[in-house]
Amino acid sequence: MNKNKEQLLNKRYKAEQRFRLYGLSAIFMALLFLTIFIFKIFSTGYSAFQKTWLIVPVTFDAELMMLDQNPSKEDLQDADYYDIALKSMADLDPNANEDQENELKRMVSYFFEKEIKNELLNDPNLIGKTKEVYLTASDDLDQVFKGNYPRDLPEDQRRVSDYQLKIFDQLVANGKVESKFNISFFTNADSREAELAGIASSFMGSIFSILVCLMIAFPVAVLAAIYLEEFAPKNRFTDFIEVNINNLAAVPSIVFGLLGLGVLLAIFHLPRSTPLVGGITLSLMTLPTIIIAARASLKAVPPSIREAALAMGASRMQTTMHHTVPLSMPGTLSGTIIGLAQALGETAPLILIGMVAFVNTIPGSPMDPAASLPVQIYIWAESAERGFVEKVSACIMVLLGFLIIMNLFAQIIRHKFEKKWS
Amino acid sequence: MRKNGVKVIKIKAKDVDVFYGKKQALFNISLDIEENQVTALIGPSGCGKSTFLRCLNRMNDVIDICSVKGEILINDFNINDKSCDVVRLREKIGMVFQKPNPFPKTLYENVSYGPTIHGMAQSKQEMDEIVETSLKKAALWEEVKDRLHEPGTGLSGGQQQRLCIARAISVRPEVILMDEPCSALDPIATAQIEELIDELKKEHTIIIVTHSMAQAARVSQNTGFFHLGQLIEHGSTDKIFKNPDNKKTQDYITGRFG
Repeated sequence: MNKNKEQLLNKRYKAEQRFRLYGLSAIFMALLFLTIFIFKIFSTGYSAFQKTWLIVPVTFDAELMMLDQNPSKEDLQDADYYDIALKSMADLDPNANEDQENELKRMVSYFFEKEIKNELLNDPNLIGKTKEVYLTASDDLDQVFKGNYPRDLPEDQRRVSDYQLKIFDQLVANGKVESKFNISFFTNADSREAELAGIASSFMGSIFSILVCLMIAFPVAVLAAIYLEEFAPKNRFTDFIEVNINNLAAVPSIVFGLLGLGVLLAIFHLPRSTPLVGGITLSLMTLPTIIIAARASLKAVPPSIREAALAMGASRMQTTMHHTVPLSMPGTLSGTIIGLAQALGETAPLILIGMVAFVNTIPGSPMDPAASLPVQIYIWAESAERGFVEKVSACIMVLLGFLIIMNLFAQIIRHKFEKKWS
Repeated sequence: MRKNGVKVIKIKAKDVDVFYGKKQALFNISLDIEENQVTALIGPSGCGKSTFLRCLNRMNDVIDICSVKGEILINDFNINDKSCDVVRLREKIGMVFQKPNPFPKTLYENVSYGPTIHGMAQSKQEMDEIVETSLKKAALWEEVKDRLHEPGTGLSGGQQQRLCIARAISVRPEVILMDEPCSALDPIATAQIEELIDELKKEHTIIIVTHSMAQAARVSQNTGFFHLGQLIEHGSTDKIFKNPDNKKTQDYITGRFG
């Protein structure tokens, strides 16, 4: 009998140990996947924060620029920079034939003319002189310099020719290639050229969308939750509403996109591709999440607090506003942030309402066309150019950073509300 | 309280029935409550004494499925009448619950909440006075006067319950309902509350639900005994405890059931 009991006890301890092991291995697995995921994104993406520049001597030849003596500011603005730009690239190899000159030109971004122009506008005294100017390298050479380019492919399968590689290697050997922090990734809007593409438009688009979403979803959801939880009679109709709110939370997001397309764009003719429409669509999606969270945290307020207030002669409205709602705020805010984080990462509905359009301007208000970060990731991931691969990862990093900051913010607010009374 | 030797009746319940959905919880309760006296309601768990207490300030309204029939006259006014405003009613009839339930706010805010919503103080000074007198009447002032702006939830259980009493009397109610106010407290805190009840009956009519027969005997002048939703017997505490008319009362008092 006693022996039996001991065996049973041993068995129970062993079962507990096994259970702990399962739990630990589950956590280990989760951490492993997370590490792999983050490592992959960082290792691919970090190079996008560097940009490769070619240092090219440019001779500001007044004749080629069609400038008179003592040109005014306007003259400098209107001057023709294309020829000197072309010439400075061609001069990299004095023996180049016409085809090769063309290839030389394609070693820098099509923006090079503007970069040279800016140089002169900054310092008009350069006319007639030669200066080494930083020109953005083409995205392919950028990748070559970062070591991401398969140079051993046969030439006809590469976008970079042997000739370009030869000249580039010479430049590298002479120290005329430099890598600097990629400011334009944060200040430029999207571009067809990988070396010029940036996230400014999609970042602002995301911020505007989230703000619109918050301003619509939060008040509506909180009011709905308060009404349903504190005031509505419990009957079949409110049960029906409750079931449908729960269902709404499970509706695939693309359906909300169709709704936005069909109602906001087709019937109300709101401006296409704008954060305004995106935010409204996202708010429909976020609404049930916030309502459910707010109701749960209203439910969690002990009934004794409501009774205390009612017994003091507070009206239902006063009971709700003075006691129940403030106590439920931390939970409601957490739910709101979770909902907004979902909305921030949402792609499908935004594609449907046209926020996938190519936008090369930075939006100044929710009424301007814009992309959003996840859609930007989607657009870039679809692009064939090698230069966009690292941009995708970099954009994911920015999106993750955005989410982390939002969560941090939520924690701080939560903490503030909770600390007050505990 | 007797005026010229005549009992003054504060609350008069006539044929009160209470239903939770289809289930009847109280049957035909008729009970008179004397002014400025302590009336104890005793009986085994689930007998309906708390339900009856909650009828007196219409707290049962909060429960959707609960319906109350019959007349309850307070100062000769039927509170179950449609013209009765619950907010005004509850201003006159305070309540203290079984579990101390201070608001998760400061002591000061706890006590000043009632006077604030009923607009009883014109100035900060007046409010300070109300808070002070209420806390003094609740015998809590000396212990907390230096930390009025700390959370009320930080007090001990007994202090929290006295805070709840201070909160209840801050609006100077005519009647105070107490639903097992000492069941969550230790004997010392219980003794303090009982002393307080004795003091409060000078200005208020008190109805207390209790599980402790000893407590009923100590604090009350009148007692009602409930059993299975019926008021079996009521009368002066002396009589109920020493010489009850009903066999069930006798059995309950002597601890044979319940």
